[in-house]
Amino acid sequence: MGRGKTIARRSFLIGSAVVLGGVAFGTYLVKSDPENPLAQNAGAGDAVFNPWVKITGSGITLVTPHTDLGQGVTAMQAMLIAEELDVELDQISTTPGQPAAAYYNTALAAEAVPFRSNDDGFAASAMRETMGAVMKVLGAQVTGGSTSVPDSFDKLRHAGAVARETLKAAASAETGIDAGQLKTERGAVVLPDGTRMDYTTLAAAAARMEPVTDVPLRDPSQWRLIGKSQQRLDTLAKSTGTQVYGIDVKVDGMVHASVRSNPRKGAPMLGFDATAAEGMRGVQKIVALPYGVAVVADNTWRAFRALEEIEIDWDVAPYPAEQSGHWAAVAASFTSERLDKEWRHDGDVDAALDGADVLTAEYRAPYVAHQPLEPLSAVVRVGSDRVDIWAAHQLPRFVQQRVAKRLGIETAQIHLHNQFAGGSFGHRLEFDNIDIAVDVAREVPDTPVKLTFRREEDFAQDYNRQIGMARGRGAHAGGKVTVLDLDIATVSASRSQSKRLGAPVPGPDTQIPAGAWNMRYAIPDLRVRAYAVPELAPTSSWRSVGASTAGFFAESFLDELIHAAGADPMEERLRLVDDDDARGVLEAVAEMSDWGGPLEAGKGRGVALVTSFGVPTAEVVEVTATDAGIRIDRVWVAAEVGRVVDPVTFENVVAGGVIWGLGHAMNSEITYSDGRAVQDNFHMGEGMRLHQCPVIKVRGLENGVTVRGVGEPPVPPAAPALANAIFAATGTRLREMPFFRTVDFV
Amino acid sequence: MKLMVNGREHEVDVEDDMPLLWVLRDELGFTSVKYGCGIAQCGACTVQVDGIAVRSCQLAVGDLDGDVTTIEGLGTPEAMHAVQQAWVDHQVAQCGYCQSGQMMQATSFLVLNGTPSDDQIDAAMSGNLCRCGTYPRIRAAIKTAAAKLQGA
Repeated sequence: MGRGKTIARRSFLIGSAVVLGGVAFGTYLVKSDPENPLAQNAGAGDAVFNPWVKITGSGITLVTPHTDLGQGVTAMQAMLIAEELDVELDQISTTPGQPAAAYYNTALAAEAVPFRSNDDGFAASAMRETMGAVMKVLGAQVTGGSTSVPDSFDKLRHAGAVARETLKAAASAETGIDAGQLKTERGAVVLPDGTRMDYTTLAAAAARMEPVTDVPLRDPSQWRLIGKSQQRLDTLAKSTGTQVYGIDVKVDGMVHASVRSNPRKGAPMLGFDATAAEGMRGVQKIVALPYGVAVVADNTWRAFRALEEIEIDWDVAPYPAEQSGHWAAVAASFTSERLDKEWRHDGDVDAALDGADVLTAEYRAPYVAHQPLEPLSAVVRVGSDRVDIWAAHQLPRFVQQRVAKRLGIETAQIHLHNQFAGGSFGHRLEFDNIDIAVDVAREVPDTPVKLTFRREEDFAQDYNRQIGMARGRGAHAGGKVTVLDLDIATVSASRSQSKRLGAPVPGPDTQIPAGAWNMRYAIPDLRVRAYAVPELAPTSSWRSVGASTAGFFAESFLDELIHAAGADPMEERLRLVDDDDARGVLEAVAEMSDWGGPLEAGKGRGVALVTSFGVPTAEVVEVTATDAGIRIDRVWVAAEVGRVVDPVTFENVVAGGVIWGLGHAMNSEITYSDGRAVQDNFHMGEGMRLHQCPVIKVRGLENGVTVRGVGEPPVPPAAPALANAIFAATGTRLREMPFFRTVDFV
Repeated sequence: MKLMVNGREHEVDVEDDMPLLWVLRDELGFTSVKYGCGIAQCGACTVQVDGIAVRSCQLAVGDLDGDVTTIEGLGTPEAMHAVQQAWVDHQVAQCGYCQSGQMMQATSFLVLNGTPSDDQIDAAMSGNLCRCGTYPRIRAAIKTAAAKLQGA
């Protein structure tokens, strides 16, 4: 057991490959289920059937352990449990629960292996199974990688079904009526004569029973909730200002704090003079930290203002001070020494290009910040025997383990109260807010400290999306694309991130070529190679991770080849596509957009198909070249997800993903000067604003056999579809994001 | 100093130059008013002063001259304003962090222009940033609310 655990910790990584080389955990460790965290605090008459359902004499509580970042997972998780439990959404309350190993993510493994998501061969399946065991042994409670739906879909329905059948067994024991004669609806067991026994009144009896676990899941034809639009559980609170976010948490006796860390990220603070800040109204304490200075005050604004009065001497950046140095490092990485992996080689590219009329192009993708609208914050109270943390985080158990290590105490003493987040997009996979709040709070023991980042600090300290470039070579013959050779060089966001997680990863990074190497096209000679640029400024997972850059490179360059071949961008993709699910989404957007129909003068359309997180997603973008610049008129998007859980949330999140992809491709970048990020607030890189937003038509396809998540897959096709549309409208080929560097937008 | 918030008088002892945002959030506990950028670029802190939308991060409380309305003053979960009801009907929110500011902006705008065109909606709402990308729903909800308010 000890060996398995050690290896698992060292090998764990989200979204990247782990080569486990025959590691065995032992059957016991993998087969045994983690303990039910609800059992610890259950009262005598409380029924805690499994880690997700608790029924007491006074109510029904569903535990929804995936962190709600705005993607609606609280409602989604509750829906899945309620579907089989036979309760309505107005009868239950939800809680994220205490972080626990029982909430390990069962779906992360699928994306963490170096196989295409439609590869069901032995090696792919075996490694997915191995990785699944790693997640279980680790108790990896993770929200990310578009896995909340696939992780939950069977597990939570089963949790509801187990509770329902156990309640029926309890009713059967009480009444003597065979369980097969009992029905359930609206939170009650219904006897053959119509008598209703509420679940809450059966709770005490059910608590004494062994859960009935051998329960089949219902056929989809019987579903009441899944696939039908529901009102999200948080819609009312978010429409009336009553939703509490991490930044809103109030604890008795709480003080306010803010921080300035070295804007040359990762470098230390050398010294400071806080004389001017010390006497300022409301300032209670000035805390020197290895990486910066924090102010504790009685009001957030007073802390902000005092921080501005502190003179601080910063050390130099551990990466190139100027942006040109970053680009130079990327450009210098297309070498055999930096080759991370040749991910795909169909046919013989070198032979095919020899003597051919070769088209070449170079592409660039910049650093981009996450910047959800709720700035980073955390409330921390360091007591003598326990530590409480109120914050929204995607890795709640990692927070506990990290803080325990930082303070030299036991993980069991760390209590994380996970909160609703005002967005994340990957930002809340990092720990700066937690670490700093802990460092400040330990200086004022027993006092809850709310740390709030100024927006400028949040920009300065963000772990941005990977910077990267691609070099493409290709050829066509007879009006068809015949050769595509794509070299992609980016820094490894996965390695940067996993290093901070304390779990560096062996093997190639699956994310550098994600969205490119797995392209579902049969091009006779096709090669995709990934090069890992040495770490520059630190980076992290940004909504859709590698596919947001590699998808842009691949689908833009393919479009260049198609135009060079004189073919139609949609027809040629449909000719090349070699997978039914991918063909389905292409055909869907062709039909939705009436591709090939007449277009007014000045308009152009582009299409792109990218598969990420197992979801083939196609988008058509339509633009008009106006005198004032490019206007994005309409977008059609189709994604193959196997099953749409809630059509309203699906439509909202997919449209939001398109807007995220378009807005950042158009308007956003982070560049460095003097070792600092130049862009420090929303006047420099806001993504998209409302007046730039197109009309978006969304379609979810349900042909795939696997249920998938859709938080990220709509992002990668947006940038290349837009670039391809602008080319169609203007003849200008955009090879560098952000596009505002090349064209104006209305 | 004294200030009126949602029809109730409050007394606070703060510097004149403290932004109304922080008086509302940290001194009076109105956490529905959100801090987003501090420089009037995102609109998350939007409240109304005498019915007109203002960015509370830019208004020093000493310069406040009028009654403040926050989203709680617009309507409650039990008795929603037409704009809030439209936000529910269209299920606008994803993370929801910007939405109080969006609704305060929209309500103020609809008082001035009860029958807005698409371009007028775009112009009025483009100062309010939504990072989740709920813009199509914001547009639709404003149209629904406008129609309802016209009929009322």
